[in-house]
Amino acid sequence: MQRPRREPTGLGLRPRPGGLGSRLRALLGLASVSAATWDELEEALVAADVGAETTASLLAATQERAGASASGETVRGALADEIRARLERVGSGTFEIGPAPAVMLVVGVNGSGKTTTIAKLAARFVRDGRSVVLAAADTFRAAAIEQLRLWGEQVGVPVIAQRPGADPGAVAFDALAAAESRGIDVVIVDTAGRLQNKVQLMAELAKIRRVIERRLPDQPRHVLLVLDATTGQNGLSQAEAFSREAGVTGIVLTKLDGTSKGGIAVAIADRLGLPIVFAGVGEELDSLAPFDPQAYVEWLLS
Amino acid sequence: MFESLSARLQGVVDRLRGKAKITEADLDVALREIRLALLEADVNFRVVKDFVARVRERALGADVLTGVNPGQQVVKAVHDELVEILGGERHLLRLDGTPSLVMLVGLQGSGKTTTAAKLAVRLRRDGHRPLLVAADVYRPAAVDQLVSLGDQVGVEVHTRPAGTPALEIARSGMEQAKQRGLDVVLLDTAGRLHVDEPMMDELVRLAGAVTPAETLLVVDAMTGQDAVKVAEAFHHRLPLTALILTKMDGDARGGAALSIRSVTGLPIAFIGTGERTDGLEPFHPDRLAQRILGMGDILSLVERAQETVDQAEAERVAQRLMDSRFTLDDFRSQLAQVKKMGPIGQLLGMIPGAGQLAGAAQQAVDDGQLKRIEAIIDSMTAGERRHPELIKASRRRRIAAGSGTTPADVNRLLKQFSEMQRLMRQLGSGRLPRSAGGLRSILGG
Repeated sequence: MQRPRREPTGLGLRPRPGGLGSRLRALLGLASVSAATWDELEEALVAADVGAETTASLLAATQERAGASASGETVRGALADEIRARLERVGSGTFEIGPAPAVMLVVGVNGSGKTTTIAKLAARFVRDGRSVVLAAADTFRAAAIEQLRLWGEQVGVPVIAQRPGADPGAVAFDALAAAESRGIDVVIVDTAGRLQNKVQLMAELAKIRRVIERRLPDQPRHVLLVLDATTGQNGLSQAEAFSREAGVTGIVLTKLDGTSKGGIAVAIADRLGLPIVFAGVGEELDSLAPFDPQAYVEWLLS
Repeated sequence: MFESLSARLQGVVDRLRGKAKITEADLDVALREIRLALLEADVNFRVVKDFVARVRERALGADVLTGVNPGQQVVKAVHDELVEILGGERHLLRLDGTPSLVMLVGLQGSGKTTTAAKLAVRLRRDGHRPLLVAADVYRPAAVDQLVSLGDQVGVEVHTRPAGTPALEIARSGMEQAKQRGLDVVLLDTAGRLHVDEPMMDELVRLAGAVTPAETLLVVDAMTGQDAVKVAEAFHHRLPLTALILTKMDGDARGGAALSIRSVTGLPIAFIGTGERTDGLEPFHPDRLAQRILGMGDILSLVERAQETVDQAEAERVAQRLMDSRFTLDDFRSQLAQVKKMGPIGQLLGMIPGAGQLAGAAQQAVDDGQLKRIEAIIDSMTAGERRHPELIKASRRRRIAAGSGTTPADVNRLLKQFSEMQRLMRQLGSGRLPRSAGGLRSILGG
């Protein structure tokens, strides 16, 4: 069924009233920046989910960049430069699928948007002329396999699945075999959502990874953590745990169109050194954009 | 849930508790730490600001600094403030009409569909006859998901062919409930962004046409500073009656709960505490405040036990404990009961002073420790279970082989069991052990 649609915004994001930017304008419109203004800046960044610790280090660096008695505009510029530099330092925005075959494991907590992101990724790769197969290795959530199948039909790519409750490693294995025999370029493996403090479920993820490694050395080449942009400081805990168990290579920030913040991405890039590679900015299949640090910072501070 | 926040706050609180005298500077340091702890827990920054200001006011106003036991007074100020924010009373669903409509709304991925099934299970346990209605017409396979969940828990699910508008599905669902004599209709709606005007308009029209008895906003406990904005946006458009916080079994510090409650004044009706369909609990604000501050939550523990434990069996075991006739058979049956009650870490978190143990215990259980213990006991003969002292080297080897463990594992279990028997005798005679150390050793920590 067709959803009622909003005005298309392209891949760009609209500045949001009440976002960080409007606060910054009010704060930094002044000719010189007082101590109280720095306090309010801190508050504004914390309110954008950047986190208390990252905020403190960002502001210290900004202060250094801008100098002691800088104008509001200089401070704004310095802050933007500092955030962008930290995002780019860890390679945010650059994503190369690499030579075929490329295996991509997609992980994350429940409800972060893994299955939808996979559909968008598949559509993107197909547009680029690649052949894609999807592995329905979320065998736990009711109807997850059905959901991926429907997306597969819509995008026009095959979906390898077993029955609900099947071993996810076995599904991944089947998909690799199918991809090999059909000469497929990209295998995207969907996994069940899991909260990062569930030891057994996280161990299962490590096992899926091992199954892939054993079949194809050097794979999975990409392990993408799907992170809801409205997530708060728990995002750090997610990124840490999933990196430890599954070897995350990059972050997909979803539902960025539903927040004025997404600052947790800055914290993750800065503190864990993980790049943000894609951003989900809408409901449609084509609404997955490569994460552009420059555009993101402009939007965050706009 | 809330572990990290409570650990941080407990640290602050413990330092204050011990002090005979507190200067205003001490208070400032404590409040700064409380502020950081709350911010890291994703409590909205405005809420934090007010919270800290009010705790300071309470602390200074009550002449805490000059009074008796000032540390305790500050702890009380924090506790009172938490309770005030979380709200004192439990929110009970108003299910009076026949049938009453309960509408679940929220962002994508907050957990509406799973929560609908869990809520059906809970309502049925409370004597209601629920009907699930699948009105998420946009997400692929959302209807299949609800149907399969309904199958799992044995609750009827109302569906309509693809392409049927949500409003029509809701109406025919109410009709079906009437015909079938069901008294609660749980309406699962499509996830939507609070800033998506056309989708919000659709929801407003739906709610206006079917007039729900309860409109529940389902919120992910891991949400950051935006939680307040989302709740406000939904509340602005719809007459929300309460919240359900999901994924509270994660390690999110759940600041969203504090923030939304504080800003919108909406009560929290339930919290989601696990992937199983029974993982939904009524929310008790006062108890949660105590849990956050590490004061334990004995009431929830007792209730959980009452809901899940076989009363006759429990009394039988308790009697044997008192009589010092507690055998490995009883221990085995106890383990089964405990497992039914849910994750052991969660249970320990409710016991005053045992909060710190919870993590370690959960780890032990996740590692299959409980399963191993059961396997070892199951590999013993009936005689060995009654008289573990019979077990010498060769029996030990046999049991180890039978349970897929090592003789050392068997030995450890026997040692821990005899330690437990000793503890139990002390409990039976009314002498409480000074620490929970014995418990920790039994859990293999």
